[in-house]
Order: sequence, then C-alpha cells, then structure tokens
Amino acid sequence: MRVAATPTSSQIVTVTVNGTAYEREVPARRLLVHFLRDDLDLTGTHIGCDTGSCGACTVHLDGVAVKSCAVLAVQADGAQVTTVEGLGDDELTPLQQSFSDHHALQCGYCTPGMLMSASALLAENASPTEEEVKVGLQGNICRCTGYWNIVEAVVAAGKGSA
Amino acid sequence: MTTVETEGTTTLQKGFVGQNVPRREDRRLVQGEGVYFDDVKRHGMGYVHFLRSPYAHARITSIDVSAALELPGVYGTLTGDEVAILTDPFFQIAAEPGASVKDFALAVGKVRYVGEPVVAVVAETRELARDASELVMVDYDPLDVVVDARKALEDGAPVLHEDCGGNMSYTGVWEWGDVDAAFAEADHVVSISELHFDRFNSTPLELDGALVEYNRGTGQWTITTNNQFPGFAVIMMAPAMRVGTDKLRMVTQDIGGGFGNKITSHPQLVALCLLARKLNRPVQWTEWRTDFHQSMSHGNERWFLDTEVAVKADGTMTAFRTKAIDDAGAYLRYEPLGGVIWSQVAAGMYGWRNIRLEFTQAMTNKAPVSPNRGYSRMQHLWFTERIIDIVAHELGFDRVELRKKNYVQPGQMPYETPNGCVYDSGDYPRALDLVLDLIGYDTIEQRREEAASRGKLLGFGIGSTLDSGTNNFGQSQLLNPELQFSGNNEVATVKLDIFGEVVVTLGTTPQGQSHETTAAQVVADILGCDVDLVHVRAGHDSYWNSHAGFSGTYASQFAVTGLGAVKGATEELARQMKTLASMVFQCSVDDIELADGFARMKENAEAALPFMALGAIPNANNAGFPVDPPPMNARFVYRPPFEVPDKERKFGNLTLTYSMQIHACVVEVDPETGVYELVDYAAVDDCGVRVNPKIVEGQVMGATAHAIGAAMFEVFAYDDEGNLLTPNFYDYHVPHTLDMPPLKTAAIESPSPFTPLGTKGMGEGGGGGIHCIGAALQDALRSSGGAVVTSSHNPYHRVWEMLRHPERSREKVEVKG
Repeated sequence: MRVAATPTSSQIVTVTVNGTAYEREVPARRLLVHFLRDDLDLTGTHIGCDTGSCGACTVHLDGVAVKSCAVLAVQADGAQVTTVEGLGDDELTPLQQSFSDHHALQCGYCTPGMLMSASALLAENASPTEEEVKVGLQGNICRCTGYWNIVEAVVAAGKGSA
Repeated sequence: MTTVETEGTTTLQKGFVGQNVPRREDRRLVQGEGVYFDDVKRHGMGYVHFLRSPYAHARITSIDVSAALELPGVYGTLTGDEVAILTDPFFQIAAEPGASVKDFALAVGKVRYVGEPVVAVVAETRELARDASELVMVDYDPLDVVVDARKALEDGAPVLHEDCGGNMSYTGVWEWGDVDAAFAEADHVVSISELHFDRFNSTPLELDGALVEYNRGTGQWTITTNNQFPGFAVIMMAPAMRVGTDKLRMVTQDIGGGFGNKITSHPQLVALCLLARKLNRPVQWTEWRTDFHQSMSHGNERWFLDTEVAVKADGTMTAFRTKAIDDAGAYLRYEPLGGVIWSQVAAGMYGWRNIRLEFTQAMTNKAPVSPNRGYSRMQHLWFTERIIDIVAHELGFDRVELRKKNYVQPGQMPYETPNGCVYDSGDYPRALDLVLDLIGYDTIEQRREEAASRGKLLGFGIGSTLDSGTNNFGQSQLLNPELQFSGNNEVATVKLDIFGEVVVTLGTTPQGQSHETTAAQVVADILGCDVDLVHVRAGHDSYWNSHAGFSGTYASQFAVTGLGAVKGATEELARQMKTLASMVFQCSVDDIELADGFARMKENAEAALPFMALGAIPNANNAGFPVDPPPMNARFVYRPPFEVPDKERKFGNLTLTYSMQIHACVVEVDPETGVYELVDYAAVDDCGVRVNPKIVEGQVMGATAHAIGAAMFEVFAYDDEGNLLTPNFYDYHVPHTLDMPPLKTAAIESPSPFTPLGTKGMGEGGGGGIHCIGAALQDALRSSGGAVVTSSHNPYHRVWEMLRHPERSREKVEVKG
C-alpha cells in the first residue's frame, strides 16, 4: 500500500475506485470515507464512530483492508480503492451470498465493512478457521447479530472457495 | 463459537409461515445499496452541527453567534432563545411534579447535562459547520451537580428543574395482595439492602440524524430520518411546533439498528425543522458517536433498596417488598413511562401474589434516558432473578429446584398476575430443562473440579426472563390519569396493482427485524401465491396512509400488531379478489378460491383469473366489466383487545403477549485478577409461533450479545462533575468477535391464544444474559469468600473487588428467621 504525503491545503487527487478513475479537488483534511460518500456518492461505505473503532467504513486501499475514516482522501492519491459497491457485479459474490444464507446481517449497517474485512481475509487465506475469522473481524463492530452467524458465513464462504 | 443447535418447530406449518424464507432485505444490503438517512442528499443542503454544553449544570448567561455567521460558507444558526419563541415546550407524559419540566429543542436558559445541544450551526460542509461552532461564544455560570439519583432526592440537592420544586419526577406505591400477612406467615425473611442496575444502552451502529426539507408553499416538512417511532415523534413535535401532525411527513427506509434508542430524537428533529424553514434550504444532521454517547437515550439506571423477601420453609416465595429509585437523567423524553412498564412483569416468571414496590424516579445531571431493548422490564427482571439466587444461596435451596417450584406452571396458563396482567402461554419448567440439557448441567460439578485443578473458579448461572410485548398504552394512565392514550394499533395496506402485483405497505420502521420478509410470508399464504410475487415496500412514509398514532418498531410487537395488520388487510383483499372473480364468473363468492396465483372456481379450475386480470379490472380495464368492482385495495388497522387499566388498584392487562427466554452460562474466574471468561452459553426462546425461525434465532443471538456487553463491558459511568467517562467506542467497549462465547440455542413454541397468528412479540429477551452472568459469578465466588453480586454490570475490576472484599457485599444481605 502506497500512502501519499499529507498536504495542508486543497489538492487535486486521482483515485481509481471500483475500476473507475476519478480526479477531484479535495480539502486536505477530508477523510477518505467522506470523499467516497460525499464526493463520489458511494454511500455503501458507512460511518459508525469517530474513533476508528467500528470498522463500518472498511474499504480496500491497494488491496489492503483499511478503515477509510483513518485515511485522508489525499493519502489515497494514485491508489486503487475498492468499496462494497465494487465487490461483485449484479450477481452476489459467494461471500455476499453466504452472508444472506447464514442470516449474518440484520440492519445491514455494519455489513459493508464486514464484507470488506472478510474478503481481504479470504484473499490472504482462502479457508480460514473459525478462530482466524474471529481475529480477522475483530476490528468490525456489529450490534445486531452477536457475530455468530457472521463468523459462520465467512468460514462457509472460505470452504466454498477452497 | 458457532455451535448452534435448534430444536425443531413444535407447531406444524403449511405454506410460507414457519419457513426460513430467505430475507428480502439482504440483496440490497450486502451490495451496499441500502438507503439510510445519511445516504440521501439534496441540492444546496446545509450541514448541521450542534454546539453542546461542556458543563453538567450551568446557567447560560450569554450566547454570541456573530463570529460564526461571518465565516464564509456558514448559512445560519439557531439558539435556545429563538426556540423558546418559535415553539412551546414538549408535551410531558408525567403528572406533577414531572409535568412542570420545560423541555425544548435546544437548551433554554440552563444546561443540565454534558453534551446538551445549545446552539445549532449550519454550513455548506460538515467540517465548516463544526469549525464555525467553535466560533460561537457561550458564557456559562456553573451550578452544583448531582449525578446520583439517591442524592438527587435528598433535601438540599442541586435542583435541575426549579419549576418541579425538586428532582423527583414521579413517585407511586404499587401494592397487590396482602404483603404484611405474607411476611407475618413467612418462615424466613431474606433482606437485601441494596441492588443496582447500571446505566448502558445498545449503541446502534448507525447514529441519529435526518435530512429535513421545508416546502414554503404548503408549510410542510419532509423528514427523512431514522426515528424508529414516528407516531410518537409527531405527537411530540407537532404541538410544540404549533402545526398539525400532517405537516410532518416522516420517511424512513433502512435504519442501522435502533433497539429503542432512536425513539427520542424529536428535540433534534424540531431544531432541524426550524432551521430548514428559517434558512429556506434543506438541512442535514448526522450525529457524532461521541454526541450519541453523551446525550442520547441511555438505558434506565435503577436502585433497589431495602428489599425483603418472604419465604416458606419449603422454598415457596410468597412476597417481596422493595423501594426502587430510577434515574431518568436530565429530561423526561419518554419518562416516566419506565415507572409503569416494569409492572408488566412485576412478578417475573414466578407465582408471587403479594408485592409492594415504591417507585420513585429522580432527575440527575446525566444524559436523558429512553427506551433500550428490554426497557424497564429488564431492570425489574434482573431484580427478581437476583432475589432467586440470593435466597437460594442464603437459605441453601437448589437454584434449579427453587425456580421450578416458584415458576408459574404451564397448567396455570393463561395466568393472571396479582396486578391483572395475563401471561398468555408458556412452559417455563420445560424451557429450563432444555437449557440445562444444552449446557450439560449434569456435568457442572465435574467441570468445577477440573477448572479448580487449573486454578480457576467455575460458576454456573441461570437467567429467566420475560419479553412482554404489544403494549396497552392505557398503562400510561396509571402514572398520569389525565392522559388520553390507550390500547395499541398498527396499520398495513395491501393492494393489487395494474399488472396484478401484490403491493404491501407497513406503518412500521424496521431496523433489521426483517419485516419485508415476514410480511410477504403472511400475505403469500393468504393469497395462495408465491412469496416472491409479494412486494413489500421498504421503510415507512406517512404519505402512504399506512400509519396510525402508535406506528413504529419498538416494544416487541411486530409479529402481533404489524403482522396482525398485514393479515387483516390481506384477508380483506382476498375477499375483494374473490368477490370480483365471482362477478366475472357469475357465481357465488363461496365458489371461488385463491390458489397457485389465481382466483378460480373450486369446482372448475379452468375458470381462473390470474392476479393480473383482477388488478386490471378496477385499475385499467374498466369498460364492459362489473360496474362496481371492489377496489383491490385494503387498509387494515389492527387493534389488540385491551381495556383501560383500573387506576385505583393499578390493575389490568398491560401487554398482550409474554415471550420467554431462559439463558444459562458457565464462567471461569481467575481468582488472582478477577478476569473471567464465558466458557459455555445456552439460550432457549419461546415466542409462540415463529413466522421465520432463522430470523427469530437471529434476534435471540443479538439480544444475547447486548446482555453480554452490559454484564461484562458496557457502562455509562460519570465522574462527580457529570462528565461521561465512556463517550466513545474506545472507552465504551462493546463486544467484538473475540469476546463471544460458544452459543447453543433452542426454541419451543407455545402459541399465543390472543393473537391473530399465534405469534408473540419478541427480540428483547436478552436481559437473561445479564441475569445469568451475574448468577454464575456469584456461584463461582461461593468458594472464595461468598461475595453477593449486587450490580448488573460486573467488569473484571468489580469481580476482583468482590474476591478481595467479599464482606462489602455480604453485609448487604441478611436472613431473619
């Protein structure tokens, strides 16, 4: 992952998000998550806290899962970003389908972040164990499910792709 | 962790109801295509930031917004002085003295808790609005602070609301049976001087907020929000704003969790409405996490003082008496309803016939409380479960046998409690047996020895809990006889559209409860069509005419009120469809059936009209067909059968259904540090007929997670100056994946005899987890000083203190006789 130097005023950034290149002038202090949601209208990435604790804003930055509230938009200059909208086409990915099959979501607010963390985990480890999934998702808070079904869904998706 | 076992359904189902139909909501949500309020934007909208009080109690001596207004890009501000001119104080549920609370959209004259909104600033970006708020100059004259409800009620305490003459919002004596006689006849009396239920809430991941637009031409506001009880919100907002309720169009789609915490956002919504009108532009507010923790919807904190329990020699518990002191925080946004709602479960799951409870609610310099999953019942049920375990330990009864002996028995159902509530159905002893099986109760003593060999103290605990659902709002009159609320209602509409599409609208505001899915299951079964043909609109819109005064999603009721409305509307549509088919086929309505997506003659399946034809006749293909076809459009208001309770005796049926959960867990405590781990956990649920068992289990799991958090990690703790010590997810630790124990679940189904589908409201039984974890800790500590668990929240340091100083809690318990 390449992180650009931090400027102090507005700067033009070029970011490729879900395969589309965008060039935008952004204030130096704008968070990547606000850039995605407000400037690019990609509202699938959510915000659940202001301390980098909840993981609802997780995206992939050059293939690495990051909390986009903890990255400035200018730091993503030149980077490839994938959000939940870029996970699959019209068809659900096996991981998305597994979330539905295992009732791993209720309100759905944490779900994009969970999917981005889980897909990054699966990219590194195609068949994670239950314990590995729990460690991989410890940075994501869910308040609806108690996590049991989420862990099951990720373990099952891993087995499916192995 | 993922060992989940579920007993099969005990109610045979045909059709879609009872099946694990895949959720309708999932596809958009896993693709990031849900629409939460914060996703909606309007051209030229301004972002709102609330400047909040840094003091827990202070007079506002001056406010100067001029420097903020001079900042380029700032659209405007709103202060308490303007609010006091433009609006009336919010209607108060309380009788005197609470009725004298003056509550506005922004602080007027005084601030009463840290985080209270004082000034709203609107600017073209959220960052600018926040910057500008720092240019607002507010001068405060600090006042003395009171954060302990017990001290708030003492003479000489700092007074929050001078018009109330003190800090008490409500007090009342609730007594049923012959308590004095029961104590006179008791063989043992166990007294517990102090129990404390701690302050926390369910912290939904999505924060509060709204996009508010004002239409100058019509004088109407459109409020795109995540308020979960729009019926209540408009009842609060419209009179304060001096407009009719139809001027407030409430719109929701997806809501990121609610758990009751999103009921009382009406003050902020009023501020936004005033700003949208003042500035003539849409305004948008999304709460910050820190703001939510500091200011929004804490759960009720409660003390139980001077408790006494009357026990017969055989373990039969005949009476208890106690003094409950409830901490409402600084304003009464939904309170003092907590002062009656506990009485839905006054006797818990037990056969107590003699109860006396003095309930007093105090206002303190802390965030206002409001409903939180298990609202007010959870606190009281924790209290009843503490009684059971303390009595068992002090008098040497077996905890399982003591419960079974004192539970309301299945043969007594439906059971009228001493205060006139009716437990509709259930088999509590069987549920207890099931949970004991799941957890392997027969091996507990071996596991205790094995843990001891590793230097660990093992404990086992049970938590029995009720989830009373479908409120009779008439219970509010037990607090304030002048109120004109009673019963309950919910609305649904079902229609056949032009091409025969089945379109359903709900009055509810789901936050993950899968209403689109379960409503479709009910409709499909009645219309005899595939569930995929039923389109349930997402969310709530008061322009749909599918709402009434109690519309919303709260208090465990959708499976009764929401689906009751869906069933009623669909049955009416089915009647219309059969009538139209009978007109076309020139036969009796009784000769028509709905099956396989057709209205057809029972005796002649060739004579069949597809839904498309039925939809077209009244909507698009009028000529030459029956002159007066039914409209293919039905609206139904479901009203549960309630009467207004007897205000003198505080007697009557307060809720229609009683779901039940029993939780059990095993903990291992490190005696050196107080650190403990949940090593085994099981929960058994009975919510009557389960429309979609997987969704029910999901609710059980989620409520369990909330309980684990509340028992182990989550607390809204304040210092003496009224500063919240846990204002974010760093300090307020909610459970993460690694905190979760292995879980086993099972379900039994005792259909409710009182509801349209045999269902019961559910989802709020998680308190069982708080009860069982405390019970397991007390059990673990028996061999190491015998401390008594007297708090609902038991973090490691509190367990360490109990290990080091067992006498501090032991001296709170005494056995007489």
